[in-house]
Amino acid sequence: MILSVNGISFAYRGVPVLEDVTFSLAEGEMAALLGPNGTGKTTLLRAINGILRPAGGTVLMESRDAHACSPRERAKFFGYVPQRGEPVRLTVFDAVLLGRRPHLGWAVERRDLEKVESALENLSLERFALRYLDELSGGEFQKVLLARALVQEPRVLLLDEPTSSLDLKNQLDMLATLRKVVKGHGVAALLSLHDLNTAFRYADRLLFLKDGCIRGMFLPSEVPGEIIAEVYGVPVDIVRHKGVPLVVPS
Amino acid sequence: MHLEGHALSPDYERHVGRKRLFLLGMAGACLLMMVFSVSRGAVSIPVADVVSTLLGGGEAKWRIIVLNIRLPQTLAALLAGAGLSLAGTVMQSVLRNPLGSPFTLGLSNAAAFGAAFSIIVMGTGSMQSSAVNAVTIVNPWLTTGAAFLASLLCMGVVLAISSVTRGMPDGMILSGVALSSLFTAGTMFLQYFADDSQIAATVFWTFGDVSRASWRDIPLMGGLLTGAFILFFLRRFDLNAIDCGDETALSLGVSASRVRMEAMVVTSLLSAVMVALLGVIGFVGLVCPHMLRRFLGSDHRFLIPGSVLMGGLLLLAADTGARLAFAPRTLPVSVFTAFLGAPVFLALIARRRRT
Repeated sequence: MILSVNGISFAYRGVPVLEDVTFSLAEGEMAALLGPNGTGKTTLLRAINGILRPAGGTVLMESRDAHACSPRERAKFFGYVPQRGEPVRLTVFDAVLLGRRPHLGWAVERRDLEKVESALENLSLERFALRYLDELSGGEFQKVLLARALVQEPRVLLLDEPTSSLDLKNQLDMLATLRKVVKGHGVAALLSLHDLNTAFRYADRLLFLKDGCIRGMFLPSEVPGEIIAEVYGVPVDIVRHKGVPLVVPS
Repeated sequence: MHLEGHALSPDYERHVGRKRLFLLGMAGACLLMMVFSVSRGAVSIPVADVVSTLLGGGEAKWRIIVLNIRLPQTLAALLAGAGLSLAGTVMQSVLRNPLGSPFTLGLSNAAAFGAAFSIIVMGTGSMQSSAVNAVTIVNPWLTTGAAFLASLLCMGVVLAISSVTRGMPDGMILSGVALSSLFTAGTMFLQYFADDSQIAATVFWTFGDVSRASWRDIPLMGGLLTGAFILFFLRRFDLNAIDCGDETALSLGVSASRVRMEAMVVTSLLSAVMVALLGVIGFVGLVCPHMLRRFLGSDHRFLIPGSVLMGGLLLLAADTGARLAFAPRTLPVSVFTAFLGAPVFLALIARRRRT
């Protein structure tokens, strides 16, 4: 397993947010983290990559304990795409170049610049390369955050609602790019999503989180309607459209 | 995961080239300003003689003026301007606050209090006559040390309050304002119990003036500036990452709180030493980073060297102006920087209100 999360828990000011969360991801696996607002999805992603320190449990990066590693080692292993970023006055190119920080020695090398160029092309961002971040639309900005995580060349990508600001076409493009990266480079990805149908379509596995606990892990074809009703509190029917499950409120 | 290499577009290299050219231009302007500043004053020295004296030759009469009087002052203006501007740039980044600077966070007035404490209570300085240059700081290390400790205390309080208010910009600036007036009151309190020569020494001390610098001060200022510059230049990507938010910085392997603490200690030391040696010089640290961001964006790869050059250039120009504007009388440079800085500060506030 490329990532093993064993019984991690976390509390904000004494209020438990995560309780005994356990799961693992294999190379080339794309897993969706699903659950209602305020259920601990963001906290879980942050606890995995060490932005937050879990109160208990372990996170293994292959066989290494993540919290015993240096921040730089963790940054080489985990790429993180936050829900929001600060639109600072950096060009898109320089903002993406920042993703090379964990790998940099004294200075930026040509190789680093080439990787940035390649990531920008993968996400169709080349024409924005010299635009400043504060001049971008929400969707373009979100793609820049993904490009930055890609040039980190991580083994595991953690994405917090990466498609929330994207229109339909950009959502499909981004998730397709992500899938290509995950499958083509032996990376694993864990992404929190709100849209169940997107999750069904692109994820290999769905993790349902509620009140800080994992309520179930399913393959897209095996998700029972009851779990969605239980987690979201909305009765649903699962129908099939061209072989892909589709969630429709009853 | 490995991204394949990809041919570089020439656009990015042009973009970087333009910024490098800008820095080079400023370095050239600094050099020209330096020669001009040395050549002008109560006695005008021909530029050719200035250059030959600086290169080690020149007539004996010029050598005395250039090497003993003008050059230390010019170098002090360059170094102090560079140091304060570098400190402001780094503070604005790590505090993520466009109004951060040694002056606005109360550091300068705290350092002034520390120096006054040292001069009056510990007797490390006095004044012999009414001329500005007659202020003698008997023990610059102790005075500087006291100024440093006071400014560190001020910084500690600002950081503590900012952690309570979760780094709200307004909270931080307001605590800076409060501390500024607290330390100013403290200085006045000390002066109330001081004798005439001590009061004169502290009052003249608070007029930031580079003409009181002597060769003795240059190595300390230069050494500290060089050290701070190297440190922050090595941290240039970390500062960019912190600009993007602590969460992003951490995910890129940058320990934001450690870098922030280190930066605040170093910038406090840097500004405390400049202020301790030369007096309170406001606004350079606040204004330079903002002027630079208009040209260079927020990329610390260029901002760090740029702030050093811009700060040096600005303070040197202000000092030259202060010496020439009412010749043969000379003004303390802090008066000039305030004339420049205050309107820019007001414009900043007005712009923030609009956005």
